[in-house]
Amino acid sequence: MKILALDSSGLVATVAVVEDDNLLAEYTVHYKKTHSQTLLPMLDTIAAMIELDLDSIDAIAVAKGPGSFTGLRIGSATAKGLGLALNKPLIGIPTVDGLAYNLYGTDKLICPLMDARRSQVYTGIYEFVKEEFHVLDAQMAVPIEEIAHRLNGYGREVIFLGDGVPVFSERLAELMQVPYTFAPAHMNKQRASAVAVLALSYAKAGKTETAEAHMPDYLRPSQAEREREEREKAGKC
Amino acid sequence: MENDVLLLAIESSCDETAASVVKNGRTVLSNVISSQIELHKLYGGVVPEIASRKHIEKINQVVKEALDTAGVTLDDLSAIGVTYGPGLVGALLVGVAEAKAIAYAKKLPLVGVHHIEGHICANYIENPDLEPPFLCLVVSGGHTHLVRVKDYGAYEILGRTRDDAAGEAFDKVARAIGLGYPGGPKIEKLAKEGDPHAIPFPRAKIEDCAYDFSFSGLKSAVLNYMNGCKMKGEAVNEADIAASFQQAVIDVLVRNAMQAVEDYQADTLAIAGGVASNGTLREAVQKACREKGVRFCHPSPILCTDNAAMIGTAAYYEYQKGVRHGWDLNAVPNLKLGERV
Repeated sequence: MKILALDSSGLVATVAVVEDDNLLAEYTVHYKKTHSQTLLPMLDTIAAMIELDLDSIDAIAVAKGPGSFTGLRIGSATAKGLGLALNKPLIGIPTVDGLAYNLYGTDKLICPLMDARRSQVYTGIYEFVKEEFHVLDAQMAVPIEEIAHRLNGYGREVIFLGDGVPVFSERLAELMQVPYTFAPAHMNKQRASAVAVLALSYAKAGKTETAEAHMPDYLRPSQAEREREEREKAGKC
Repeated sequence: MENDVLLLAIESSCDETAASVVKNGRTVLSNVISSQIELHKLYGGVVPEIASRKHIEKINQVVKEALDTAGVTLDDLSAIGVTYGPGLVGALLVGVAEAKAIAYAKKLPLVGVHHIEGHICANYIENPDLEPPFLCLVVSGGHTHLVRVKDYGAYEILGRTRDDAAGEAFDKVARAIGLGYPGGPKIEKLAKEGDPHAIPFPRAKIEDCAYDFSFSGLKSAVLNYMNGCKMKGEAVNEADIAASFQQAVIDVLVRNAMQAVEDYQADTLAIAGGVASNGTLREAVQKACREKGVRFCHPSPILCTDNAAMIGTAAYYEYQKGVRHGWDLNAVPNLKLGERV
């Protein structure tokens, strides 16, 4: 089975093609250009390099969120357009799960951190039991204090990763009561290859969707919706 | 069919998700528009993040419907056209990313289109014999331009608004009167019951450019008038305000447009953009054109609103000129008319 994967949820833009146990190509860029300018040219480059016949792809995987709202939509619209044109199914992978999967095989807890602004973090808690990937606390948007509290409760050593690490590392030093480390550069940001490998297991479990039905999962309403809800609540009290 | 140029066009610059298939630049085979207006009414205007979220939700079904209605598949197409500016960046990016992905997967040329040039090109659809050069008055919620269309894809801006767009003034005045969003159609409707000469609102004239517009003074005059009535304890006649305000906007639009017609010896004046579906404006421009012996062109209301058929038409002429965009095409929220990025 061949999976084309995209992730433009954070600061990194990344694309990969995985066929069963082989990563055929991956292109990951962490640069100031917008994902709109980089994502498709990157796919074009790797596709040319491996002489990829787009029709040979079985499914298109995309990090569906959370993340930068605009970044998510660039990834999703690209995946939806490819899915429509190639008549292929999509697989939406939770962004934080994809990040955690980078740390395959560790016996420690895995905790990705993405800066969600408004003093929150997009995060989750994961572990590997032998080769099995377990989601202990599914991805969420919470204050850094809350995720630290949950991690302390597990009483196990933690590895942090994600583009939220530099934002929250000082605060973590104050909050964490269990030992922890930070993942190194080759595995501490989004990698489309990890998204693709997770997508293989989704495909085997039949967890695909149509390109038409696919939507990002923002984990948050827009600011306008939130404020309207607050106004309505206040009005009722 | 073999020599026909078939384009799929996508438009998502504001609050309409739209796709269309256009044949040879002027024959519209489908024109699908998914409007979000009901959603934005809750907020009294377009909320960019909500618009973007709605675009990504609808885009594939709108594109599919456009292809199905036209009875074509992606394999029949010659190219894909897409609006890449101006507009809301998050909204534009959905259409741009979708169009790029489809074009890339089907190995089709990609043609980026300027939204306002699309509005101008809407005139080609129902006026098969219309060809440049002509003058065009573009009036919408975001734009008020007097444009000289020198050739296909060659535009010269003669005049523009110094502050608010005409449509923006309609929205602001509508809000002040308590009509809600969107203001244009609501003001037009209420104005029918009022006297357009009841209140002498100002007609701004720009000293150094006879073609430029200014509507913020007019908007303030309406607000001041309403405040004045309130202070004096007088009841305001909303219908008279709507009618007098609308007339003041129209007078300025017509005055500047006809000045340009005279100066450039133009034989055709077209109008375009969302406000161009205002019936009172159409009648006024038509009357002025008749008096001058000048041809008047205008799109049907459905082609005045944001749509993708107009983008398909504009893309066709760009495509014929050899314009092709790369996979790095980005949304340009403040793209200038006539500018090529």
